[in-house]
Amino acid sequence: MATASTTSTLDVLRIRKDFPILNRKVNGQPLVYFDNAATSQTPQQVIDVIVDYYSNYNANIHRGVHALSQEATDAYEQARIKLQKHFNIPNAYQTLFTSGTTHGINIVASGFAEILKAGDEIIVSALEHHSNIVPWQMLCEKTGATLKVIPMTTSGELDMEGFDAILSEKTKLVFVNHVSNALGTVNPIEEIITKTHQVGGAVLVDGAQASPHIKANVQALDVDFYVVSGHKMCGPTGIGMLYGKEKWLEKLPPYQGGGEMIDQVTFEKTTYAGLPHKFEAGTPNICGGIAFGAAIDYMNAIGFEHIAAYEHELLTYATQKLQEIEGLRIYGESKHKTAVISFNIGDIHPYDIGTILDKLGVAVRTGHHCAQPIMDFYKIPGTVRASFSFYNTKEEIDIFVNAVRKAKSMLG
Amino acid sequence: MSSIQDIQQEIIEEFEMFDDWMQRYEYMIELGKSLPLIDEKYKTEEYIIKGCQSKVWVHADLKDDKIEFTADSDAIITKGIIAILIRSFSGQPPQAILDADTSFIDKIGLKEHLSPTRANGLVSMIKQIKLYAVAYQAKAES
Ligand SMILES: Cc1ncc(COP(=O)(O)O)c(C=O)c1O
Repeated sequence: MATASTTSTLDVLRIRKDFPILNRKVNGQPLVYFDNAATSQTPQQVIDVIVDYYSNYNANIHRGVHALSQEATDAYEQARIKLQKHFNIPNAYQTLFTSGTTHGINIVASGFAEILKAGDEIIVSALEHHSNIVPWQMLCEKTGATLKVIPMTTSGELDMEGFDAILSEKTKLVFVNHVSNALGTVNPIEEIITKTHQVGGAVLVDGAQASPHIKANVQALDVDFYVVSGHKMCGPTGIGMLYGKEKWLEKLPPYQGGGEMIDQVTFEKTTYAGLPHKFEAGTPNICGGIAFGAAIDYMNAIGFEHIAAYEHELLTYATQKLQEIEGLRIYGESKHKTAVISFNIGDIHPYDIGTILDKLGVAVRTGHHCAQPIMDFYKIPGTVRASFSFYNTKEEIDIFVNAVRKAKSMLG
Repeated sequence: MSSIQDIQQEIIEEFEMFDDWMQRYEYMIELGKSLPLIDEKYKTEEYIIKGCQSKVWVHADLKDDKIEFTADSDAIITKGIIAILIRSFSGQPPQAILDADTSFIDKIGLKEHLSPTRANGLVSMIKQIKLYAVAYQAKAES
C-alpha cells in the first residue's frame, strides 16, 4: 500500500519551490490547493516572464518599426511556435491565440453559423461544461439545425452506443470535451473523431481539462479543432489557443472586425489578412501569449509522462483514502480519469463541506461545476470536487482527508 | 418583545463565548436546526433567494402589524445564518426592520469568516428581508 511519504516519479519538493503561492496560509492554515481544474497555479519562471515583459519590452506588436515592438512581436511569435510544437500543429498560422477556451469555441460556433442549414445536426456530449453548450444552442436557433446529445452512463462515461445511434450523414459538427471538468473522465475522442469523419462531419475537442495532464497530438488525433486555456496549464488567465485544420480556418469567416485582421480597407471592400490574423482582431494579450509559451516550456521540462504518472499516483492514493470514509460516494468512476475526484457524503450539502474545508485551509470547488446536466443526471445539487496537480503531495491529501472527516463529523 | 437591537446584542454576546471558529460553526449549525421552517408549499422558485450557492427560501407573513419570517435552505451552515437573521427580525414591525442596522453580522465574525460567494448570499438574504419590510410597509400606508 502506498504511504504518505512515497512519491516515485517526480521531485515534488523541488517543484513546489517554483510556486510561491504554495507557501501562503489561508485562515491561519497552510494552503492546500486542490482546485487545479478551475485554475492552475503559476510557477516563478512564468511570473518572471510576465515581469520581464512589462519591465523591458512592452509594446504593441506587428505594427511598429521600433526595437521594442520588434522584440515583443518576436517573443509573441516564438510563443506561438512553442504551442504549435507542443500540440504538433502543422503550421504556426493554424495556432491561433484566443482569450481562452470559451473564446475558441465561440469562434468556431459563430463560423459554423454561416455554414449550417436547417436540417443539419450538431452533437454535443452530456459531459460538457454547460456554458459551452450555450453557443451551440444559439447556433441551432440561428440556423435551424438540431442539437443532439451523447448520453452518459452512471459511471460518468459517454454512452458510445448512444453516440452511434445519433450520428448520421446529417451530423455536421460534434463538440466534445477531451476530459470532463466535473468528473475527470477521459473521453474516447479518437473513436468519436474517426466515426464522425466517416459520416463527413467535423469534430471540435475542448481540451481545457485535458491539456494540463495530456499532451494532445492534433495531427495524430486528426481532430478538426482543438481549444485550450492557458490558465489551466500554469499560464496566466485571458489567453488560450484554437487549433484548426487549414481547410476549416480558410472556410470560416472572421469572428470580429478590427485592426490586425485586415489586409486592405477601402470603403468598398475589405480584404482579410491571411491566417492567423484573420481571427486575431485587435491588440492581443501579448504578455499572456508569451507567458503561455513559458508555461508550456515549464511543463515540458518536467515532462507530461512524469506529470501523468505522478498525478495518477495521487489520484489512486486519494481515492483509496476517501473511500474509507463511510457514506462517501465518488461520482465518475471511469478507469480513464485525470486527477479529479467529485464526491458527496450522505446528504450533506457540498457547499457545507467546502466551507469547512476552506476554514481548514483546503481549497476545493463545490457546486455544479458548470455541468448542470450531469448533476441532474445524478439528481444531486452538486458535488465537492478536489482536483490535483503535479505540485500537490500525498501529505496534502492526508490533510485534506482529515479535513473531510472533520467536516463530516461537524455536519453529519 | 425585545427590540432588534437587544436581540442582536444578545446574539453577539452568545458568539463571544466561543474561542474558535469551529465552536462558532458548530453553534451556527445548532441554530440552523432550530430555524422556523417555511411551509413546503412556499419552497418554490418564487421564494428562492438568488446569489446563494445553496438554495434559500424565505417567506414572510404580517401578523398584528409584525412580520413573521419562515425559511429553509438545503445547506445547514446557510440555515444557521438565516436562523440568526430571522431571530433578529422576525416578530418586528416593518419600519423597525427597515431601520435596523445589520453590522452585527460583522461583529459575530460571520462576514469575515464566510467565503465571498457565501457572503453574497448573506447580503441577498438581508436584502430580501428588507424588501419584505418595504412591501408590508407600503401596504400599511396605502
Ligand atoms: C471543460 C472546460 N471547458 C471550458 C472551460 C472554460 O474555460 P475558460 O473559462 O478558460 O474559457 C472550462 C473551465 O472551467 C472547462 O473546464
